[in-house]
Amino acid sequence: MVTGIIGRKVGMTQVFDPDGTVHPATVIKAGPCVVVQAKNAQSDGYEAVQLGLVEETPAKTNKPTKGHFKKANVPPTRVRREVKLAPGGDPLNTGDQVLVNIFANGERVDVIGTGRGKGFQGVVRRHHFAGGAATHGSMFHRAPGSIGASSFPSRVVKGMRAAGRMGGGRVTTRNLKVLRVDADNHLLIVEGSVPGAPTSYVVVRKAVAAKRIKVAQVEKPKKGKK
Amino acid sequence: MGAIDLVEKSQLAERPAMKAGDTVKVHVKVREGDKERIQIFEGVVIGLHRGGTRASFTVRKVSFGQGVERIFPLHSPTIQKVEVTRSAKVRRAKLYYLRDLKGKAARMKEGTNKA
Repeated sequence: MVTGIIGRKVGMTQVFDPDGTVHPATVIKAGPCVVVQAKNAQSDGYEAVQLGLVEETPAKTNKPTKGHFKKANVPPTRVRREVKLAPGGDPLNTGDQVLVNIFANGERVDVIGTGRGKGFQGVVRRHHFAGGAATHGSMFHRAPGSIGASSFPSRVVKGMRAAGRMGGGRVTTRNLKVLRVDADNHLLIVEGSVPGAPTSYVVVRKAVAAKRIKVAQVEKPKKGKK
Repeated sequence: MGAIDLVEKSQLAERPAMKAGDTVKVHVKVREGDKERIQIFEGVVIGLHRGGTRASFTVRKVSFGQGVERIFPLHSPTIQKVEVTRSAKVRRAKLYYLRDLKGKAARMKEGTNKA
């Protein structure tokens, strides 16, 4: 059974519950995906599939990539991602479709994407350094402070946290709740935010460490008084 | 139609055309234990905040000499219905100046709700 799907972040909105509770929600256009390569225990040592996201715009491919898709006998796609297979279910072959209906309402999912780049940031924002006092004669505001001892070791130890490029890397948001699955329009609505900017590619997979889904506590009617 | 609109479409409730200056009766569902009843909040709309399902409106009333404002999500399922009882002629989209006025000064001229 396939555990994930490739999608594109569309944007955020909000969704009402029948009792009026508002949930912040992210809309993901997930799939349709096609299996480009099926990996199995004999030849690859593990069970997984490489998926390609089918999009309206055709993909530009170089010769080696073209050959890879030709082997699977599927049209080239721009994005390919590998997702694991859970034990059980029919084995997938190349050319099989993977649709958003692998998820159900209320399920927990992880969303993996490329986070927004924050540019060159100082240590206060990048590493949550406390910084100094703003006033009362303080002359130390947002600088990193001491970065090590002097003549010994006469160098800065590796891994010292410093200012630099922040963000723009792979980010996983875990345990998001699926609010709604719209199979007709290939839409997946999850509660909360998802890494990356709108239109960025994300992988949605079943939560690896699924949190227990809380059941809303019903207020008990008060006894006696009325 | 964009994907966001597709999602929001099913969420939109039917609401009357309101504008700032309208006096409205908002029928709100209130849960008390396992009983549900309708509570009416009547006042002047002092502002509308548009935006699909995220739209909201602010209603102001003066209750026992104390100004009370409530911000309702326009498409919230807890709002059973909204009745427009009166429309006033106003020249602004947001009537925040009403907060500083009271009594006679806070009256408004009758107008038409063209919206």
